[in-house]
Amino acid sequence: MRYLCMVHMGPDTFSSLDEAGQRQLDRDSMNYDKELEAGGHYIAAEALQGPESAVMVKVRNGEMSTTDGPFSETKEHLGGFILIEARDMNEAIRLAAGIPLAKLGQIEVRPVFSIPDPDRP
Amino acid sequence: MTQPLAQPEPRSVEREIEAVWRAEAGRVLATLIRLLRDFDRAEEALHDAFLAAHEQWPSTGMPANPRAWLVSAGRFKAIDRIRRRVKFGEIAKEIAATEEEAWMPRDAEPIADDALRLIFTCCHPEIPADGRIALTLREVAGLTTEEIAAAFLTKTPAIAQRIVRAKSRIRELALPYEVPEPEQLAGRLDAVLHVIYLIFNEGYSASHGEAAIRTELCAEAIRLCRQLVELKPEPDAVGLLALLLLQDARRMARVGPGGDIVLLADQDRVLWDRSQIAEGKALVQRAFGHQPVAAYTIEAAIAAVHCDAATAGDTDWTEIAALYDLLLRADPSPVVELNRAVAIAMRDGPEAGLRLIDGLLERGELSRFRYAHSAKADLLRRLGRASEAREAYQAALEYTEQEAERRFIEGRIRGLAN
Repeated sequence: MRYLCMVHMGPDTFSSLDEAGQRQLDRDSMNYDKELEAGGHYIAAEALQGPESAVMVKVRNGEMSTTDGPFSETKEHLGGFILIEARDMNEAIRLAAGIPLAKLGQIEVRPVFSIPDPDRP
Repeated sequence: MTQPLAQPEPRSVEREIEAVWRAEAGRVLATLIRLLRDFDRAEEALHDAFLAAHEQWPSTGMPANPRAWLVSAGRFKAIDRIRRRVKFGEIAKEIAATEEEAWMPRDAEPIADDALRLIFTCCHPEIPADGRIALTLREVAGLTTEEIAAAFLTKTPAIAQRIVRAKSRIRELALPYEVPEPEQLAGRLDAVLHVIYLIFNEGYSASHGEAAIRTELCAEAIRLCRQLVELKPEPDAVGLLALLLLQDARRMARVGPGGDIVLLADQDRVLWDRSQIAEGKALVQRAFGHQPVAAYTIEAAIAAVHCDAATAGDTDWTEIAALYDLLLRADPSPVVELNRAVAIAMRDGPEAGLRLIDGLLERGELSRFRYAHSAKADLLRRLGRASEAREAYQAALEYTEQEAERRFIEGRIRGLAN
C-alpha cells in the first residue's frame, strides 16, 4: 500500500537552526530518501517553500479567482512530503518515524485512497 | 504451441517467494527479533531480506533452506544499515561495534524456539490486553494493520496505535524474549491461550461485518494454536486446539442462507467437517489424560459429545451434564451454571432446568445476559407456558444488539402466537 507522509512544521522550525544545523538536516533528509529507496519504499519526496509563497486557486460558476496562501492562520504548515510504499500502517509509521524532521515537526501518515473506476458498474 | 521451459519462469519464482513469505516470515522475524533485540529493527531487516530474495532468487534459484537464507540476509542487512549510519555520522563507531558484536549469533539454538519466544512476548501480561491481540496477529500471524482493523471492525489508526504502544511497552520494560521458566509457565501459557481464544471468538461469534475476513480469524487462531502445540505440547494448549477445531468444524452449519443463526439442534449435520472433528476428538483424549483437566479441555469434550450425535435427539445429555459438573469445578462461573442448567433440562426435563435458571436470575449476575433470558424462554415455550415465554423472550430482546440474534428471537415470539 502507498502512504503519504506529510511533514508538518512550525514557521520557525527550520530557521531556528544555525547554518550548520540546517545543512546537517538537509544532508540527513537526503540520506533518508536514499535509504527509503534502497529499501524499495521510496516513491516521491519534495520539500515545499513556505506558505507565504502559495496562491489558492478556485473556479466558481466558470470564474477563476485567486487568493493568498492557506486561509487559516495555523501554527503549523505542510513543509514537505514523502510518498512511500509500505506493507501496512505500522510499517508506514516506522518509516515515518525515521524521517529526520520527525524530531522537529510531526509527520501525518495517511493511506492513499484508490479511486474505484467510475466507469465500471 | 507452448515451448518447454528450460529455466524456471521468473513469475513462478515470485509466487514461490510469496509462499515463503506466508510460511516463513513470522519465524524469520522471530529469530531476527532475538538477534537484533528490537521489533522495528527486525522488521526492517525482514523487509530487506525479502527484497534481497526478490533480487537474487530469480537468477540463483530458491536456496535449499529459505528460512536460514533469510535470517542470514536480514542480519547482514541490519549490519549494513548500522555501518551506513556510522558513515553518515548518525551514530558513533563504538556503539555500532558493540551492536554488531551483539548481533552475531552466539549459539546455534533451534529456530523453532524463537517463534515460541515471540508468542510469549506478544502475549506478555505486562502489555495492555487489546495490544496483546493486535501485536500477536501482526507479529506472529503476519496480518497487516488494515486486516486486523477490518476483522475487529475497528479503525486502522486505533489498531496501529495499540501496536505502537505494545511495542514501546516491551521496550520500556525491557521484556526479555524468552520462554518462561517452568515455575512461571502455567500462568504465562494461560495468557497466551486466552489471546488465541479471544481471536477465535471474534471470528466465530460474529454475525456482522465482512464475513470472509472474520472467519479468517478462526483460521488464524487455529494456526497459532497448532504452532503453539507443536512447539510446546502442554495439555492445556492441546485442549484449546481441540476446542477450536471442534467448534470450527460446525461453522458452515451455524449460519443459514441470509445470515440467520441456526441453532445446534437444527443444524444440517452433513455440513460438519468430519475430519476436523476426528482430529479434535483425538486431541481431547490426549489432553484428558493429564490432571488437572483444563477448562478448555472440558469444553472441548462437551463439543465432542455434540459432534458424536448423528441427530440432535441422539445427544448424550447425561454425559454432557456430567462434563458441566466437572467444568463448574474447574472454572466456576454463572455462565457455566447456565449451560449446565440447559443440559440438565435436556436430561431431566424442562422443569428441572427452569428451577436452576430462575435461581440463577434471582442472584442477579445474569439478569442482563441475553442468553439467560432466551434459555428460560425456550424452556417455558416447551412447557406450553406461552405468555411467560413471551415475557422472557422480550427480556432477551432488550439485551440483544446483534441483528441476526434479534431476528431469531423475534421469529420465536411470532412462533408463540400461532
